[in-house]
Amino acid sequence: MSPINKNAKQVLAPVISNKRVGIYHQIIVNIGDLAQKCKPGNFVAIKVGGDNSALVLRRAFAISRVSTSSASGGTMELIVAPHGQGSTWLCNRIEGDLIDIVVPLGTAFRVPTEPLPVLLIGGGYGSAPLFGLAEVLNARGSRVDMILGASTASSIYAPMEGKRAVNTMRIYTEDGSTGQTGRVTDHLYEQIKDLNVAVVYSCGPMAMLSAITAITTALDVVHQCSVEESMACGIGVCMTCVLPVEGADGSVSMLRSCIDGPVMDGEKVSWSQVGKQL
Amino acid sequence: MSALDFSTTIGNAWFPAPTFTASGCASSGRELAQFFPLREMGGVVTKSVMSRVRPGRPTPRMAETPSGMLNSIGLQGPGIDAFLTQDIPYLIEQKARVIVSIAGETVEEYSTLARKLRSVSGISAVEVNISCPNVENRGLVFACDPDASRRVIDGVRRTLGGELPIIAKLSPDVTDLVSIAKGVVDAGADGLALINTVLGMVINVNTMRPQLGGKTGGLSGPAIRPIAVRAVYQVHAALPKTPILGMGGIASGKDALEMILAGASGVSIGTASFGNPTAIMSIQSELKQLLIDRGFKSLKDAVGYAHRTEEDSHG
Repeated sequence: MSPINKNAKQVLAPVISNKRVGIYHQIIVNIGDLAQKCKPGNFVAIKVGGDNSALVLRRAFAISRVSTSSASGGTMELIVAPHGQGSTWLCNRIEGDLIDIVVPLGTAFRVPTEPLPVLLIGGGYGSAPLFGLAEVLNARGSRVDMILGASTASSIYAPMEGKRAVNTMRIYTEDGSTGQTGRVTDHLYEQIKDLNVAVVYSCGPMAMLSAITAITTALDVVHQCSVEESMACGIGVCMTCVLPVEGADGSVSMLRSCIDGPVMDGEKVSWSQVGKQL
Repeated sequence: MSALDFSTTIGNAWFPAPTFTASGCASSGRELAQFFPLREMGGVVTKSVMSRVRPGRPTPRMAETPSGMLNSIGLQGPGIDAFLTQDIPYLIEQKARVIVSIAGETVEEYSTLARKLRSVSGISAVEVNISCPNVENRGLVFACDPDASRRVIDGVRRTLGGELPIIAKLSPDVTDLVSIAKGVVDAGADGLALINTVLGMVINVNTMRPQLGGKTGGLSGPAIRPIAVRAVYQVHAALPKTPILGMGGIASGKDALEMILAGASGVSIGTASFGNPTAIMSIQSELKQLLIDRGFKSLKDAVGYAHRTEEDSHG
């Protein structure tokens, strides 16, 4: 078989639960043995709208956590905001509903073999997959610190149980409604130095990922970011979700964020050329 | 075992099933191979390849629309040399039947591409894409100009010689599709691929600018299916002996049957694969069953069946 999408399967999977967590929905889906193939950073592509829907494209969601040992077998957790038609449909699923999913897709966060101090940065619900990553890093003995940011308090996603694997958590909101007023990058340079951070992991809006890269590059710290670009297929056939990325020879080419991402090396993304004609 | 002969032919190329990918909708083939064996469908129509590496258009490249989507990829690709060394051997190794799609900016570029294909073994046919809407200058859409269309096909035919079948991919965005179809068939096309995407635009009401980086894009999906059925029907009526690969929003076996009845000898599936990686496999099995249910012994008997007259029905 092909190395692309090599663990991916298309299955009809039952929704186990759907709970509101602030403005978000925490949706747990039974994915059986596929849970063992899912790594932090991977995503799932979900058919939305039901049969005969006018919504013809799948929706991609980051997998926030997986469990291989729950009572119902392997499960994955999704954190979804009912923003558009597709995500609203998904947030309206109830226990027992079957959803058509393709999982796992995309690249995963690379986890260091040695226990190194790491910093996880999430913007809005981009923090969701970082809690699953935090558990993996914590289990490997890494010191895990976290910074979350959003426009306002209600957009911060930080579940109680997720904090267990995290040493410290700083929160920034642009309107100051919770945590410090400002952005995740405001004191990032000092924080990376003070905590002696070896790897920064991030997930959130593209402008945030770009701003983080500027700081990690200056400090020569590895930055693995989960990018966000509109996708039509999630499996690498449509070529819509591309980003300008520098290759080994230094040349920039358009790589697919579904196959070569969503987790990419921030330093290799040519942020200034995103949205431009190469 | 069903008694149905499901095979189809385009020129001298034979395919065991009438189901194909649409060009630009299966990338290198490796992506879909995880979901079903590529040899199980009629054939892979590759992404239209050009002479050189091409980065394509800026992002955003996609906007979902009611029952469809707009794309403005702009023929991103590795160029013919890398394509022939990396992608073609893979497809042949998978025992897929391959239709190579080529696109050029000039009549000469199409001929140059055809020359590189002459010596490649294992290819079933060549699709000449003269209708990609995502080029900087709409004047370069050869398929909107009957004379330019003929010159491209004539150049490719001369370069290829008489062996490989040529399928000309045409645009529905023209005043008189039948005259363009006749022109390319006169120039040496063995078959036609109908239709390419329909030129469209979405404006984002929040940014109050065009949604796509390339401003305009090609509309695909079920939204354009009636346009495709009309195009296939009109062209089949005028050129009943010319095989047509019908495409445009086919998402079910019923949709595929509609296209066959209109006059298509085969169908290509594009946008449906974006929403469902196994769409081609389900469309294939549904189409087969629908033909059997209607008493057809052969796919070929159903091609253009919607054109029969009252007399034919009673005869």
